[in-house]
Order: sequence, then C-alpha cells, then structure tokens
Amino acid sequence: MQFPVLSIIVFTPMVAGLIILLMKPDRKTEIRMTALSAAAFALLLSIWVYFSYDKIAAGYQFIERYDWMPMLGISLYFGVDGMSAPLVLLTGIVMVTGVMISWGIDDRPREFFAFLFILASGVFGVFVSLDLFMLFFFYEIAVFPMYLLIAIWGWIQTREYAAMKLTLYLFIGSVVALVGALAMYWTSGAQTFDMLALAAANFSPEFQRLWFPFVFLGFAVLGGIFPFHNWSPDGHVAAPTAVSMFHAGVLMKLGAFAALRVGIMLLPEGAKFHMPWIIFLALINIVYGAFIAMVQTDFKYVIGFSSVSHMGLVMIGFATLTPEGLIGAGVQMFSHGVMTALFFAAVGMVYDRAHTREIPKLGGMAKPLPIVAVAVIIGSLVSMGMPGFSGFVAEFPIFMGIWKTQWLIAVIAAISIVVTAAYVLLVVRRVFFGEMPAEFEGHISPINVLDKAALVFLSSIMIGLGLFPALMVPWVQSGVQYVLSLLGGV
Amino acid sequence: MDFITDHLLSLILFFPVFASLVILFLPKEQIKVVRWAALLASLVPLGLSIYLWFAFRPSMPGFQFEERYVWYEAINSTFHIGVDGLSLTMVLLTTLLTPVALLASFNIQDRVKPYMILFLLLETGMLGVFLALDLLIFFVFWEIGLVPMYFLINQWGSEKGERVIWGGIKVQARNYASLKFMVYTMAGSLGLLLAIQMLGVLFGDYDLPVLYEKWNALTSGTILGLSVSTVKAVAFWAFVIAFALKVPVWPFHTWLPDAHTEAPTAGSMILAGVMLKLGAYGFLRLVLPLYPVEAQKYAGTLAFLATMAIVFGAFAAYGQTDFKRLVAYSSVNHMGFVLLGIAAAAKAAGTLDAHIALSGAVLQMFNHGLSAAGMFFLVGVIYDRTHTRNLNEYGGLFPLVPVYGGILIFTSMASLGLPGLNGFVSEFMVVRGTWPILTVYTAISMLGLFFTGAYILKGIKQVLHGPVNKRWVDHISEINLREVIVMVPLMVLILVIGVYPAWIVDVINKAVTMLF
Repeated sequence: MQFPVLSIIVFTPMVAGLIILLMKPDRKTEIRMTALSAAAFALLLSIWVYFSYDKIAAGYQFIERYDWMPMLGISLYFGVDGMSAPLVLLTGIVMVTGVMISWGIDDRPREFFAFLFILASGVFGVFVSLDLFMLFFFYEIAVFPMYLLIAIWGWIQTREYAAMKLTLYLFIGSVVALVGALAMYWTSGAQTFDMLALAAANFSPEFQRLWFPFVFLGFAVLGGIFPFHNWSPDGHVAAPTAVSMFHAGVLMKLGAFAALRVGIMLLPEGAKFHMPWIIFLALINIVYGAFIAMVQTDFKYVIGFSSVSHMGLVMIGFATLTPEGLIGAGVQMFSHGVMTALFFAAVGMVYDRAHTREIPKLGGMAKPLPIVAVAVIIGSLVSMGMPGFSGFVAEFPIFMGIWKTQWLIAVIAAISIVVTAAYVLLVVRRVFFGEMPAEFEGHISPINVLDKAALVFLSSIMIGLGLFPALMVPWVQSGVQYVLSLLGGV
Repeated sequence: MDFITDHLLSLILFFPVFASLVILFLPKEQIKVVRWAALLASLVPLGLSIYLWFAFRPSMPGFQFEERYVWYEAINSTFHIGVDGLSLTMVLLTTLLTPVALLASFNIQDRVKPYMILFLLLETGMLGVFLALDLLIFFVFWEIGLVPMYFLINQWGSEKGERVIWGGIKVQARNYASLKFMVYTMAGSLGLLLAIQMLGVLFGDYDLPVLYEKWNALTSGTILGLSVSTVKAVAFWAFVIAFALKVPVWPFHTWLPDAHTEAPTAGSMILAGVMLKLGAYGFLRLVLPLYPVEAQKYAGTLAFLATMAIVFGAFAAYGQTDFKRLVAYSSVNHMGFVLLGIAAAAKAAGTLDAHIALSGAVLQMFNHGLSAAGMFFLVGVIYDRTHTRNLNEYGGLFPLVPVYGGILIFTSMASLGLPGLNGFVSEFMVVRGTWPILTVYTAISMLGLFFTGAYILKGIKQVLHGPVNKRWVDHISEINLREVIVMVPLMVLILVIGVYPAWIVDVINKAVTMLF
C-alpha cells in the first residue's frame, strides 16, 4: 500500500489541534511552536504532493479509500487532481503564514490555534474528498469553527453580528446544496456518494436543469456570488487577522471549488443550461464589487469588497465553460488566495500598531514598516492584474474565455481593471506614504522576523507565478481537461 | 562567446533586473556604493547593445538575434524576442539614456536604493516592449513599465505644488500627476488589452509574425456576429488610442505636462526620452503591419491629430511660464512630427515618399530622445541651483553661468531644428516625405515650426538674456563636472547625427523599406 499522504495532510491539523488543547494554557510558547511545526509539516507534505503529481497522466492521484458506512455507500475517499492540487498547496501556505503572523495573539492562544486547525482540516478535507458525503462533512467542519473564531477573537464592534450573519448564510447555502446532493444520491440509483460514480450516472437533462441551481448556488454563497456576497466583507472585517487570511484566502475558494466539483462536474447539462445568468451574476460581482471597494474608508473593507470582485472572476471563469476560462479560474483561486492572505496579514500589522483602519487617519506607514509597504504594493499590483504578477496570469485567460462566450461581457468586466487600479493605488498612497499623523510618531514598532518571513514568502509566490506561469498552469490544465470531458468535450 | 551571441537580447533585457537584485542586498547607508553599482550595471546593457549594433546586418530582412522560450503554453504565448532596424535604434536609445539618467540622479539623497532599483526595472520594462515579438509579451512589458515610473513620480517627484481637484480638495501635485499618468495609461490600454484578447481567441496564437499573416488574410466574413471590417475598424482604434495616449497625440496629451513636470529630473528624461517612443513604436510594430487597410483609410484623421499636436503643442509651450512645462509641451510638438510621418506612410504605403517620411519619423524618435532628455536635464540643473522653475524669475544668467548657457543654447538649437544638428535632419525628412502625400497638413505643420522657434527662443531669452536678476549674483554656481559628463554623450550624438546622419539613417531606412 502506498503512503497515505492525503489523509496525513487532512488529519495533521486536527490531531495537532487536539494536542494543543491538551497542553497547559499558560505555556504559550510551546503551544505556538507546536502549531507552527504542525502547519509546516502539512505544508511540506502538500508541496510534495503538488510537485509529485503527474500532470501528464492527469486524473485523480494519491487515491485512498476506506469504507466508512458501506450500507449507505459512504467511504473516506481521497484523491487530488489538477484543480485541487494547487488548492491543497494554497491551504498549506495560508496555514503556515497564518500561524506565523498570529504569534502575538495573547488571548487564549491554545483555543485559538485549536479551532484554527480544526478549520484547516476541514478545508483540506473538502479539497481532497472524492465522496460527496465526506465533502459535506468536511465542509461543515470548515464552516463551524469560523463562528467561534470570529465571535471570540474578532473585532469587538461587529464580531457577534458578523459571526452570526456569516454562519447563517453559509449554513443555509450548504443545506440547499445538500438537498441537491441527496437528490443526486436517490436518482442515481447506485446507492453511493462516490463522485466518480455519480459523474458517470448520466442524470437526465431535466433532472440536471432542475437541481443545478440549488447545488451551484448553495456552494457559490461561500464563494461570495452576488447577491449572496454580503456576509463576506462583514465577516472578513470582524475576523482576527489569521482568520481573515483563512477566510478570504481559502474558505471562499472552498465555495467556488465545491460549486465546480459538485455543481458543474456532476451536473454538466445543468451547467450548460444555466450558465448565461450565472455569468451575469458574476459580472455584477466583478464590476459592482470594484466600485463598492473604491468608496470604502476602512482598509479592511476595501480588501473585503475587492475579494468579492475577484471571486466574481473565478465564477465567471467557471461559467464560460471554456478551457481558457476554467484554467484562468483555477489559477485565480490560487493567486487570489495568496494575495488576500497577504493583504489581510498586512492590514493586521498596520492595525495592531495604529489601532485604526480608517484610511484618512493613516499615513506615512512606509517609513516604519517598509516591508509591509512593499508587500502591499506587490499585492495591489496582483489585484489590478498587472502583467508580470500572478493576477495577470489568471485574469488574462479568464477574459479570453469570456470573449469566446460573449464579447460584450468582457468589455464591461474590463472596467473593473481600471477601477481596481485606481482604488488600490489610492489606498497604498494614503496609508503608506505622505505625512504620518503626529499621534503615531514613535509609536509604530517594527514588525518581527516571522511577520517579515510570511510577507516575503507570500510576495515571492505571486511574483514567481507571474513570471513563470508554467509553475502552475500545467497542473490546472490537466484538471480542466477532465472537467471538459465531462462537459462533452469542447 | 557563443553564449553571449546566442542570448544577446535576453542579456540586454534582463541584466538590469539582475543588477537590481544585487543592489537590493547592498547596505542602504552606503549611498555611494549603491549609485555606482547602478551606474556601472547600466553600462553593461549599453555595451552589449553597441555590440549588437555592429553585429546586426541591416540588409537582412526579418528579425535577427531571435530567441524563443516557453512562457504560457496553455494560451500559446511564447517568450519570443528579436530585433530589426526599428527596434535596434530604440534599444540603443534606451540603453544609452538609462546610464545618462542614472548619472543625472547622483544628486538624489533620499532613499537612493529603491530609487536605483526602480530605475533599473524601468529599463527592463522599456527594453521589453522594443524587443517583444509576441503580442502578449509586448503587453506585459508595456504595462509593467508603468509601475516603476508611477513610484518614481510620486515618491521622488517635486515636493512643491498643489492641485485642486473636484470638490475643492487639495492634493499634492506629484500625487495627482502620478495617478493621472497611471490611470490614463491603464484606461487607454484597456482597449488594447481587449483587442489582444480578441486576436488571441480568434487565432489561438500571439506570435507577431503569425498574427501579421493571419489577421491580414482575414478580409471577409463575420467575427462575433459583426462584419470583419467593423471589427477591424474598432480594433484599429483600440490600438491607436492606447498608443496615441502614450505618444501623446492631441487630444490625449493632458497627462503629459503634469507627469513630466512633477517627475524627478531623471524621470522626466526617461519619460520624454524613451517612454513616449513606446507609443510611436507601437504604431510602427503593431498598428501599421496589422491594420494596413484601416491605417490608410484613417490616415487623414491621424494626420489631422498630428497637425493639431504640432500646432497646439507649440502654442501651449509658448504660453508657459514654468520652464519644465515649456519643455514638456515641446515634446507634444515634436512627437507630432513622428505621427505625421507615420500617417503619411500609412496613406501611401510602399512609395518612396512614404519611406522617407517614415525613416524621418523613426530618426525623429531617436533625436527627440536625445534632445528632450538633454533639455529636461538642463531644466533640472538650473532648478537645483535656483529652486524655481518660473521663467520670470530668471533673467540674464548667461554671464553668471557661461558654460551652462552654452550647453543650453546648443541643446535648444537641436530641439529647434537648426541645420547641422540632428533635429533638422529628421524633421526635414518627415516634411520632405509627407509633402506630396499630405500637402495641406504638412504646410500647416511647417507653420507650426515657426512657433517651435518662438517658444525655444523665449525659453533661452528668459533664462539667459535680458537684465541680470540681482537675486542670483553670487548665489548660482556653474554647471559641475558630473553634469557636463551627463550632457557630453547627448551633445556628441546630436552633433554627429546632424553632420553625418548616414550611419543611422541607413539602418532605419533599410528596415523601413523592407517592412512597409
């Protein structure tokens, strides 16, 4: 039997979380060290999985299968393909950097890291599950700790409201999706939740058209699709830094990914039928999100709404159902994950020192925090789709995909590029340059070595991917070919 | 040696990036080390491109020193670079002006390290545009050059000056100018981006030679439900607007005076010297070969815009009281001739007149690069000493700074188009070529030349002549050795091209004849 690398990746955070819970609460350094080593271990394994994935052979690899409840056809069935391998890697990256920048959390770090790691297990689980039931199982595991993390460690002013809103939205979404999944289970007649078997079940077109909106939208809520996006900026803002990084960086991808894997891949006919209006919704995400981000005065809300806009690009990439669009969406999920993780990490660092996120009250932060400034600038360039950075590598094919579907949409969506450029540049300038308000003089302490390492790590990934698309695109491409074969070949 | 010849263009292109990475790890307190490292590093691409100039065979058609690497396989974009006579000239200009501008920035004291790094990255961005033979790679470099320039303007630009924007909010002029520069250019490039995407979707390829062939072969039928001619016309204007903004052509020029005026001296030198040429180069490399039919159809419009740029540019320059703004508007005026030459070539492609006009236009790009960089530098020199750019506050400086005065007059004369200096050769060639093709526009443009003379003389008179302004006596120092060294290569080339232009015209003309 081969080395069960995927289950080890999935359960490492959970086990580490439990170990952390057993430690004495006042031994904070040991707790943090345990957390960091567990996260690093998971990252190393996911790097190994990523680079040893055979892109030529494609398909699902590193497959593991253990019976869980055979009479219902449920099994613990893991495997990665070209779509999920980058996302597993992304989760590892965000987990490690999230722990690094949370070093300073002093309020009950034991529980914080434990919840964070349970959440991480859930996320890994969704990305590698090939069993529909298990996918839901891990999905809920990923969503629930979020409530506690926000409600306990969040921003005091809105945390209860935001945590409640977020959890309700996501639960309702997943229940709607679950109904669709159960319908598939009963209709297929195969008595199995195996997604590969369900994909081969040949549901009738009428069935697919009826259930596709439930499944797709149910998951897409977590992907932040308009008009169900408004939990996300509130949630991002209220969450503590590491949780925002996880949330925007990985959790939103969870929604998009599940919408692809369950919605589009299992119900391809339904996808073809419903795509026109999903493109339209995603277009609203892109353009409206950019304009709303422009008028925000809270640094964190700016990033929150920009995520809505960028996730719209992922959705629209899926919705084009073209090779280019899907490749771009796959890369965009990774690129946006790294980018927002970096943004939220940087915002957190500024907020910890200035105790405000109001953009007009900030200024001149580049002098005491030069590395944060450079990291945010690089993030901004990614977010405006500047060539040479990962955002361009992702957005360009998405736009090509839109051109193939409906050129007018591409023209409208392109407006968001200029709007994004304008607002991110303005924010960067106002926060990091210009005069520093007198009250901050001498109060801004430099960031520590772990913070620096996290920022440099995230920035170099975005530049590396921007300069060498071959570091990721072949993986995604191999995954996309399988998706397209389900869609009847394009 | 084989390695160098086989990878000559990549070496030229990426050496500045490599150097900037090295500089990143130098200690930032060692200002001198950082400066010299940057300057010496920028001499390497210059040396290599001089070698390239001699190794290049002008009579050979097609691109030379081509290199091709895998870049973005999924959408069929390869990293394909190469040179012909047009790009060679521009590469030489870029690699020449970068060390000159770096030497000119030796007086920067504030955050020298990031400044030098941005400057070297800027060089790579500009060179990439001139070398790219893949449409997507072209666009990558086209956009990426904006970033260093944006930060150079808003971090090291002039500290004085405010602009009132809507709602009566006051912003620092350099912030206003840099954002305007960036947003204008990005918005202008949006059409280009969309058109590139459309071409990519149509042909599944971004390689320029392939696109030239396939796009031109497509003459009838429908694309995206519209007739080919409509789509081509729209795409033509998308390309033209992106490049016209950069050139800049009236009425898309309004970002230019702001950006040039607020940028640090070396930034203005590169902005005027090289970045404006990116736009003109876009016309030559993309618009004319991809849209010969549309270019011919709309040549009159282009010529009209060029004439407006020449005439209004001259008038506007004459009306300025800020020395740097005057020089900035002179760029609009001079670049108008480049577009006029291009318009003529578009209208009568293949004729001798068109070739003369186009060769003149390319030479004018090179010449304007030299003289505009020189003029901006000289403005910077006087500003460093007087801390004002207001022409009315100078006066009679000639006896106080005779060497500076001489250099200023020499450079201004090149800009004015005095026979014997380079500006005359190229403007004459443009006018000689366009006259039979676009007679009326050429005639009006030549009238515009009167005002070119007027504003240049106005500049000289206000600065150097007239009664001595007592304020500057004993308060102004002569141009120093470093500053003279900055001007020497520019002045030598200005004179050499003016007296013996054949060496460069030959390369340009052969390329133009083979291409168009």
